[in-house]
Amino acid sequence: MKIFLTSVGNFGIFSGSVFTRISRKQVRSGELIRQMYRVGVDSLSVVNLCALFIGLVLVLQTSSLLARFGAEGQVATIVGAAFVREIGPVFAAIMFAGRVGTGVAAEIGSMVVTEQVDAYRAFGLDPVAKLALPRVMAMTVMLPALTAISCLVGITGGYLLAYAETGVPGGIYLDKALAAVTPIDVLGCLSKGAIFGLLIGLIATYSGFSAPRTTEGVGEATTRSMVNSVLVVLVADLILTKFFMLIG
Amino acid sequence: MSESKILVEVKGLHKSFGPLKVMDGLDFTLSQGENVAILGQSGTGKSVLLKIIIGLLDPDEGEVSLWGRPIAELEEVELNSLRRKMGMVFQSGALFDSMTVYENLAFPLVENGVTDEEAISAVVRERLEWVNLAGAEDKFPSELSGGMRKRVALARTLAADPELILYDEPTTGLDPLTSRKISSMIHDIDQRVKSTSLVVTHDLACARKVADRWCYLSGGKILADGTPDDLFESDNQEVRSFLRDISVNPTTGSRAGQDASGAISNGKGS
Repeated sequence: MKIFLTSVGNFGIFSGSVFTRISRKQVRSGELIRQMYRVGVDSLSVVNLCALFIGLVLVLQTSSLLARFGAEGQVATIVGAAFVREIGPVFAAIMFAGRVGTGVAAEIGSMVVTEQVDAYRAFGLDPVAKLALPRVMAMTVMLPALTAISCLVGITGGYLLAYAETGVPGGIYLDKALAAVTPIDVLGCLSKGAIFGLLIGLIATYSGFSAPRTTEGVGEATTRSMVNSVLVVLVADLILTKFFMLIG
Repeated sequence: MSESKILVEVKGLHKSFGPLKVMDGLDFTLSQGENVAILGQSGTGKSVLLKIIIGLLDPDEGEVSLWGRPIAELEEVELNSLRRKMGMVFQSGALFDSMTVYENLAFPLVENGVTDEEAISAVVRERLEWVNLAGAEDKFPSELSGGMRKRVALARTLAADPELILYDEPTTGLDPLTSRKISSMIHDIDQRVKSTSLVVTHDLACARKVADRWCYLSGGKILADGTPDDLFESDNQEVRSFLRDISVNPTTGSRAGQDASGAISNGKGS
């Protein structure tokens, strides 16, 4: 329990130090753009592939269930609402934690082990400002964008299967899918993406910086980053879902 | 004759890692223009001393002052500005492995606000020539041998024109020939840039080449401090034994040192 509380405390202090540096504008635009490309563009294929298959499976499952009630036409409503409210943000975040978060934790952890982080400090540079801040900012900006794209891919994938299975016309499918999504849903979707991106960024960089100075320590940091990111994303999702239901 | 300015002053330094006491009231000063070697057996805290001086580790007790300013009283920003006047050559090299040799050397310049590409390129090429690595600009650290990595690390440190250079075991892990080359290179560079240097080593040949003042560290304190001749003629038996054994068997420095330690442990402080 003491170790858990100490870790939470240290994570809080680390997060505070990252936020302080945001206010001091200590990040170079070139490095921020490089990180945005790295964490965003390079993740497009894996996140979208995941969204496509989830969309396909969702249509398969819901269409057979809805057929029992003679409501196959509502597939688009369910796919649209489910993707924008829950599946899009949560699955994109989980894939992001696996694809980007673990990579960042391993990268910074390796830099700790090989004294590269010490070299930053020896040069009079702040490793949190130089290494953590651009990555956290890039992840906060890029995950909502990835989430939005993955929702479109998932809904489109669902449409292709629905068309093949039931022959539902594209216009009707899209009308129903869009009708199921309110502006608050869109706001919630993008907000969840940004907040999940921020949390994954903070957890990944913190895991890297706190890696024990051994090769095994890098592995531990990577695993810890993934597990903690998924847990925190799911808890945050519950809170945010409740919040957006209240304001919606 | 005016006294040299003191760049590093360490007073009553204590540092432990769990039950292991590494520093036990250590006092040390380093003045401008001096080239000092810290000698001692493996595991006596030589590298820890360097890391405390540059602020990578915090002491448990005691005071470290850089350019007359106690670092414990400095804000991080102020400490960073003092660090920019120093350079550290890490034992492992600590090169940025995702950057080329050129980018590694340009890094401290870019981070210090130099934007003129031609000026950066000129400094990088000159420093690489100093360490006999002209033409290695496009290589990545993973493509370099151990000796080349040490030389690139040295060149990267020199790129920032530091007033004080800290060397952490610059010849460890290298064959005797490469060790001699690196030692000569450090000596030539000290002559060229007239910097102050503090070299941690248990390689006597390296210490002979690069330093005119030697300090022997043991038991968390400086046991002997003076010219190489002073240390060879020291009253302290441990110091004499270490230097004698390591002179006889320089390629197994730490082993010889440990043997010496065992042999003279009863006579410590005599």
